[in-house]
Amino acid sequence: MTEQTITKVQDEIIEEFGVFDDWLDKYNYLIELSETLPILDEKDKKPEYLIEGCQSKVWLKAEMEDGRINFYADSDAIITKGIVSLLVKVLSGRKPEEIIDTDLYFIDRIGLKENLSPTRSNGLLSMVRQMKLYALAYQAKSKKN
Amino acid sequence: MGLDINRVRNDFPILNQVVHKKPLAYFDNAATTQKPLKVIEIMDRIYMETNSNIHRGVHYLSDLTTTQFEEARKTVRKFINARYDHEIIFTSGTTAGINQVAFCFGEKYVKPGDEIIISEIEHHSNIVPWQMLCERKDAKLCVIPINDLGELVLDEYERLFSSRTRIVAVTHVANSIGTINPVKEMITTAHRYGVPVLVDGAQAVQHTGVDVRDLDADFYVFSGHKMYGPTGIGVLYGKEEILDELPPWQTGGEMVDQVSFEKTTFNKLPFKFEAGTPNYIGGIGLAAAAEYLEETGLDNIKAYEKDLLEYGSKKLSEIEGLHLFGEAGNKISIFSFILDNIHPYDAGMIIDKYGIAVRTGNHCAQPFMERFGIRGTVRASLVFYNTREEIDRLCEAVEKVNQMFN
Repeated sequence: MTEQTITKVQDEIIEEFGVFDDWLDKYNYLIELSETLPILDEKDKKPEYLIEGCQSKVWLKAEMEDGRINFYADSDAIITKGIVSLLVKVLSGRKPEEIIDTDLYFIDRIGLKENLSPTRSNGLLSMVRQMKLYALAYQAKSKKN
Repeated sequence: MGLDINRVRNDFPILNQVVHKKPLAYFDNAATTQKPLKVIEIMDRIYMETNSNIHRGVHYLSDLTTTQFEEARKTVRKFINARYDHEIIFTSGTTAGINQVAFCFGEKYVKPGDEIIISEIEHHSNIVPWQMLCERKDAKLCVIPINDLGELVLDEYERLFSSRTRIVAVTHVANSIGTINPVKEMITTAHRYGVPVLVDGAQAVQHTGVDVRDLDADFYVFSGHKMYGPTGIGVLYGKEEILDELPPWQTGGEMVDQVSFEKTTFNKLPFKFEAGTPNYIGGIGLAAAAEYLEETGLDNIKAYEKDLLEYGSKKLSEIEGLHLFGEAGNKISIFSFILDNIHPYDAGMIIDKYGIAVRTGNHCAQPFMERFGIRGTVRASLVFYNTREEIDRLCEAVEKVNQMFN
């Protein structure tokens, strides 16, 4: 399997979104994307995976496999879920150090920055933090071993 | 006479702007209202021409500002028809007023095993201070339930009274769905049991107007910023005979009479409750807002907002899959709704793109949301500078939301 760098994946997303002239198409695309997310099992929608935003909820689960972290996530709001799916696409299947060091510039470039602002209490900002925390934890664990 | 909507809209400069390439329709008035020029200009003028700390100075500007601030107190007194100017305590807002009463009244009168009555439809700020008081004093919180229309069940209310009931704290108008509670009747009931009542008027003064003497309220609290005044200022009204008996809350300058290291005696009302430099410019701004409401005419405002309520209720309920919450017979122009299979946050994001400002979520009223088993609503709260055309635009945006997510 040829591996794409995080930068490459982000650039591709920026290109995909570049074709949309107006916000409506962009949001429709996010709704479409929300359906592509590796669905989190209903049984995994439990408090320990829940990231509570005041507005929408996000669930995030991480598993380490062959030195890489796979993320599984879901949200009760569709647009939030669409953005979640982009974050999973960029960060899932990566080594911990890649995740920790990543600058997620694509969110700003596709005009969805407002969704990751602390003023939008939708759980997304906490989700990014949580993804990085998982990476830090797995990194610490693998060093210990 | 009626309301001249063009004149009104010109009084609020912020309304005349474009958001996401659409004219702004501001429907988040239950969160905060916009300010008329009258309020903005008077505050500007103070900062530019007369600002000086009040009560202490011997100099010209201090005198001027002190006089203006005490005039503001008088204006507020008239606005809510209190008996004395010194029954008007300036606070930082409704939340501060409730906390102050919960603390001062609670310290003096609430003992272990006593009971406090609130309702299921309260804003968190009229729940948590009482909950904390109950924890401090080992007292019990009793809750008036609501029916499916979002009205308080008054039979149940009366049943909650006992010899241990110390105070009732209830909202005049519900922020989540707009129900106007029959507070006058509720106060009469409470007084029959010898129990005082605090009324949260944050959503009421700007819509229904208030006459605290007619209500016979013991405490009445509200905020400046929800009645077209500035932020960071509010009012706690209390009956003189009750306020006189209460201990002060915060202590410091301005509120003392004599200070020595052995003993401090406190100043008289209202200064006893206004420790430190009060937000005097805010107070003057709030009074200007009260004057603005009176000049516009609360009867005109009520009639106009009633028309918006009727028009909006009809138009919105025609939309498929839309469910309105709060269908009390007596309510203000708030539309709180959900859409079948659509998360309120998703709906709000799309509605925003149409230049329409609504609020989504639980509106700081989680017990209410639990009562109806919902995770939140979309709330459009309208006031007298909104229009029927703006309601039409909201309906179009909601139709679009329905298309996108279904």
